[in-house]
Amino acid sequence: MEKKDIIQSFKDSLFTGLIALALFGPIVGLRTASKGEGLFITTQWGLVFLLVGLCILGRFLINLNSARKTEITFFSKLTSKFSAITEDKAKHFAITAILFAAVFPFLPFTDRYFMDVAIMILTYIMLGWGLNIVVGLAGLLDLGYVAFYAVGAYSYALIATTFGWSFWICLPLAGLFAAFFGILLGFPVLRLRGDYLAIVTLGFGEIIRIILINWYEVTNGPDGITGIPRPSFFGLPFKRSPDEGETSFHLFFNLEYSTMHRIIFLYYLILVLALITNYFTLKIRKLPVGRAWEALREDEIACKSLGVNPTNTKLTAFAIGAMFGGFAGSFFATRQAFISPESFTFIESAIIVAIVVLGGMGSQTGVVLASIFLIGITEMFRDLEQYRMIAFGGAMVLIMVFKPKGILANRKPTILMHGDKK
Amino acid sequence: MEYFIQQLVNGITLGSIYGLIAIGYTMVYGIIGMINFAHGDIFMIGAFVALISFIIFGLTGVALPIILLLVLIIAMLFTACYGWTVEKLAYKPLRGSFRLAPLISALGMSIVLQNYVQVAQGARVKPMQPLISGGLEFFKNSEFVVTVSYLQIFIVILTIILMGIFTYLITKTDLGRAQRACEQDRTMTALLGINVDRTISITFIIGSSLASVAGMMFVLYYGVIDFYIGFLAGIKAFTAAVLGGIGSLPGAMLGGLLIGLIETFWAGYVSLEYKDVAAFSVLIVVLIFFPTGFLGKPDIEKV
Repeated sequence: MEKKDIIQSFKDSLFTGLIALALFGPIVGLRTASKGEGLFITTQWGLVFLLVGLCILGRFLINLNSARKTEITFFSKLTSKFSAITEDKAKHFAITAILFAAVFPFLPFTDRYFMDVAIMILTYIMLGWGLNIVVGLAGLLDLGYVAFYAVGAYSYALIATTFGWSFWICLPLAGLFAAFFGILLGFPVLRLRGDYLAIVTLGFGEIIRIILINWYEVTNGPDGITGIPRPSFFGLPFKRSPDEGETSFHLFFNLEYSTMHRIIFLYYLILVLALITNYFTLKIRKLPVGRAWEALREDEIACKSLGVNPTNTKLTAFAIGAMFGGFAGSFFATRQAFISPESFTFIESAIIVAIVVLGGMGSQTGVVLASIFLIGITEMFRDLEQYRMIAFGGAMVLIMVFKPKGILANRKPTILMHGDKK
Repeated sequence: MEYFIQQLVNGITLGSIYGLIAIGYTMVYGIIGMINFAHGDIFMIGAFVALISFIIFGLTGVALPIILLLVLIIAMLFTACYGWTVEKLAYKPLRGSFRLAPLISALGMSIVLQNYVQVAQGARVKPMQPLISGGLEFFKNSEFVVTVSYLQIFIVILTIILMGIFTYLITKTDLGRAQRACEQDRTMTALLGINVDRTISITFIIGSSLASVAGMMFVLYYGVIDFYIGFLAGIKAFTAAVLGGIGSLPGAMLGGLLIGLIETFWAGYVSLEYKDVAAFSVLIVVLIFFPTGFLGKPDIEKV
């Protein structure tokens, strides 16, 4: 490298520092704090200089690196290797993962906390798989997926608390309600272009949330619905002392009472629900409607000219995706026994979209990896609550910049016309 | 009748704020064809910079008009830096990528900016004492006295001045010509010796500065801000841009006014709780029935 280059990149770094100073100076350096009625300012210049210094250093190193032209190739080599491995052995990976998931509750190190995290990850995997039908297969960016999750949760909660029906009746009903809402929203908006559709679905998600907050008579407003019945093991409740005429789970199987029974049951419940979603997706991809989705994602105009009705095809994807969102919602409601509009904010939609996009749109394995990665990481940094969302958003930007197709990009058509020719 | 006029005045004021934000959406959409999802958060940052400078200058005891002018310039400068940086970091590497990539990147950027401000400035709402008080009163003899505050007059006049400068920039200067050329055909514009990257950067800078002015008005008008204001304001301004016809500058202003009026009248006559639903419903209805908006050009999809 020549001396001229170094001086050049040094100047560039200083310019970066100047911009960083302008960025961090007012917002980080001058912190507003309340005192009585008004506000006053506390300064934290040390932090600003630290940040600016980091920016200068980072920029300088990137400049030196890009002079040697290794910056991006290193990164892409790493990820391509990674995707090559998992793409080849996807089947083995899937079987191992399912086996591991099946024995997970009985592993020696598994405790209550691990189970809770695992249930959460599985919920997101299920939501991710549900949304993958809409985003990954049909190529429709839905930023309001949480609306269907909310519809599922609330319809489960309302049906279960009003009529007292069992989980296994309410679950399909909640799914149907969510699918119905999917059709209701989808019918008018699905002819819109990709980015418009994204904004409209976002608006729909917000409308549902505002209605949930304000429709006090039905949804109990911001206070939410409490006392949602817990699921029972095919009629056997998980209670220490069951009501009269009832047998509870631990009595029936002659076990010592433990709260873990219910947790383990919930774990298997969501595992089975998620696997059903996955199985359904894998099967439907090979049917005509699934192929139409993939074709539509690749080229809408070509599809139209071949006689595929884009609105109906998209509508099926939307309704099926919504249905799985509704199932996941009812699971959420029964697990928490309490729901309020606060659980269904836009950020939830963003997390689910991020899981699908990060995993590589259309890749089922990618969704699993991305859920474990995102939820696992955010769980690990639980104490740094505020910073984890910055890291989360930053990861979305970085992945789009360096690997726009996600960790496991899978846009290969599911079925080829002449066998497996590549 | 008096109540109607009062709502009209409030609606126009609110509409000016939305209109200024909407210009940022419409310009970026016109030039690179993406929805700059982080624009609402740029507006929020503008509001915070304005708030911080109001507090600092409030201590010095300078005359009010000078404070307003200084805060305006400072907010525009610092917020423009944010717009510029966001474009360089999150959107520029994605030009020519598949269509949804910049949208998702923008979504990530919006989450980053929101939480960054939450961490740096705290999550609590920031109240500010009203700086400009008083106003003109009309219909003093009737039951309902219509008040047009000096602040509302200030907001509307400032919007008109900025729109004037801005229209001049776009229609008469070389910069504006370069921008309009980039909108039509970026490759051809580059062949003619115009620095396309720089033109796009300047678009972001102008959009962010206007958003920061809207942010300053928001601080003055509502007196309370938090890190979350960008989300709703951004969505409404985007609705405004679509309503007026995305890509059209007068359309953005017209759309902003309409959204402001719809929101105030809805809140005044129908229901206060559901005022945000009104904005979203308008968005959905407009996109379904007039996807090109009032002043937009029809969009022909080519193979």
